[in-house]
Amino acid sequence: MRHNNTWTIVRKEFARFFGDRQMFFTTVIMPGLLIYIVYSLMGTGIGNMVNEGRDEVVTLSVENMPQSLATAIFQMDSATAVVQQTIFQNDIEALSDKEINAVLVRFPEGFDSLIGAYCPADSLPAPNVEIYYNSTNNAASRVYNALQGVLTTYEDQRSNLFDVNRADSPEARFDQATVDDVMGDIWSKILPMIIIMMLFSGTMAIAPSAIAGEKERGTIATLLVTPMHRNELALGKIISLSGIALLSGISSFVGIALSLPKMIHADAGSLDMAFNYTTPDYIALLLVILASVLIMAASISLISALAKDVKNAGTMVVPFMLVVMLAGMLPMLQNGASDNLAVYLIPFYNAIEVMTAVFAHALDWTAVLVTLGANIAYTAIAVWGLTRMFNSEKIMFSR
Amino acid sequence: MSEILRIEGLSKTFTLSRKQQRIERTRDRHKVAVDNLTLSANRGEIFGLLGPNGAGKTTTLRMLATLIRPDRGDAWVDGCSIVSQPEEVRAKIAFLTSELKLEDFFTPNYLYDFFSQLHGVPADTAAARKKSLFERFGIDKFAEVKVANLSTGMKQKVSIVISLVHNPDIIIFDEPTNGLDVITARTVTDYLQELRAEGKSIILSTHIFSLVERLCDRVGVIIDGHLTACGTLDEVCDGLPIEDRFFEMYKTVKGDEQ
Repeated sequence: MRHNNTWTIVRKEFARFFGDRQMFFTTVIMPGLLIYIVYSLMGTGIGNMVNEGRDEVVTLSVENMPQSLATAIFQMDSATAVVQQTIFQNDIEALSDKEINAVLVRFPEGFDSLIGAYCPADSLPAPNVEIYYNSTNNAASRVYNALQGVLTTYEDQRSNLFDVNRADSPEARFDQATVDDVMGDIWSKILPMIIIMMLFSGTMAIAPSAIAGEKERGTIATLLVTPMHRNELALGKIISLSGIALLSGISSFVGIALSLPKMIHADAGSLDMAFNYTTPDYIALLLVILASVLIMAASISLISALAKDVKNAGTMVVPFMLVVMLAGMLPMLQNGASDNLAVYLIPFYNAIEVMTAVFAHALDWTAVLVTLGANIAYTAIAVWGLTRMFNSEKIMFSR
Repeated sequence: MSEILRIEGLSKTFTLSRKQQRIERTRDRHKVAVDNLTLSANRGEIFGLLGPNGAGKTTTLRMLATLIRPDRGDAWVDGCSIVSQPEEVRAKIAFLTSELKLEDFFTPNYLYDFFSQLHGVPADTAAARKKSLFERFGIDKFAEVKVANLSTGMKQKVSIVISLVHNPDIIIFDEPTNGLDVITARTVTDYLQELRAEGKSIILSTHIFSLVERLCDRVGVIIDGHLTACGTLDEVCDGLPIEDRFFEMYKTVKGDEQ
């Protein structure tokens, strides 16, 4: 009985990949490591920027403190030392010269009486409050924003006609979205694109070398003179490339997952709350990722088989990559995954739609099954196409 | 002697790219590489295809190895058609040409096992044959060295051995001594004679007259894709040294072009 050579090809491709430390490092270790380092540094940098000056005490000097606002201003911020004093021009100059770290507020004399007497219909300028501060100083900016809040609230109260969503009790909740809903909405717009791009990059890093590279190096002809069926060669190549691309994708995903707490400035506990998915969600995600990797490896293999060499293959794959990137961005422009099952027949986009649904806590197994079926069918067609290409002397031996 | 290879009316025409047209200095979009070739080779003999560069020798051998399909005609290798039974043909032959390369990353040891598996050779048979072939060609000394680090001669030895993993009865070698030093070339030609002594049939293309004289039982002369002469050396040479006879035929075919 004739034996099947598909696994012989898979083993050889794995031996080639795992035996080459440099290739293994650049394809599997480096993406995850780089993502972890870059995202962690970004997260730490953003965190430092946000937290800078949080413990710094800023002096809020108030001239003509109004009776009506005194309590609110004194209770404004624990890191604010409020002093009442006359503000002179040299105080403003000292602030400008960065000799003092303060926020200077000058209320008009008799502020409460002035606003009590003010009528907008008189067409006279409204009483003016002057606030001097340095916006590049985080601590001063924070005090400025808090003071603005106090003043705006007071102004709203004075002209209050009605309230919207006034919380009369601490339990009152008007927005019915849960934390899972909010986070799911964010993840469903970002993660499908990131995952698809990671998988695509992983496939792109290895497929051209495995197909166009073999043509370029003349090693494909050595395989083609063996009695092996060409479809075994095609299937063996696609399976091995999918496996390697999946490893690369997993590496990137681990990098993202580990750096996520630093990116969103959360500790492990709050991340669990933000990333709250069930086992069926993860199974659906894994299945759809596997199906995506298969079709990616198949498509890039087809393109690579047409190319003369690895460089040519790289150039030919770029437009295809742009289309996939564009498809990855679509969830950002729409609200949730589509209900139309025909959408799940579109290669690549179907995986993005399923991932969008999973991350938005709206897993639909029918959509998952349609996606799996469609992608497996497309991969089978690609194996057939690649087999035809391996049989074509014009494609295999063109110069 | 029984016939092991029969070629009938084999023809192949290539379409030239613009670059190839410039290199060939021609305006013709098509180049006839092999034209209506008919010949046969017998079991247990070394058959030489002799001709200048570009005569169509390699194209003929590539068609026999089923790497390319003929436009017309067919050939039967041990009864299997190269057109309708390409996989069966590939299982019966060893094919070696400079076009076939080995992956630089792997060692001869790994490649031998890999190609044995592709040919479906049982593991114990493959191990015994590997030991014998590696010793015969001295490959055991560099069996674990990556192909990238081997010399041209070493690579050629490995290529020959790998083409023979399945112990085929028909061996098709295209210019097997090209680019080799005299020692390695001698190892190859001696081995071809050993194979003939074992009853294997060898189809060999070359443009080296001395090789034909020393090795071949029968010879076919190809010029411009046509078979100009075919038979035993005595029949083809007609009392002349082979080199003189070849140039005589060459002038007859090319005429005023020279």
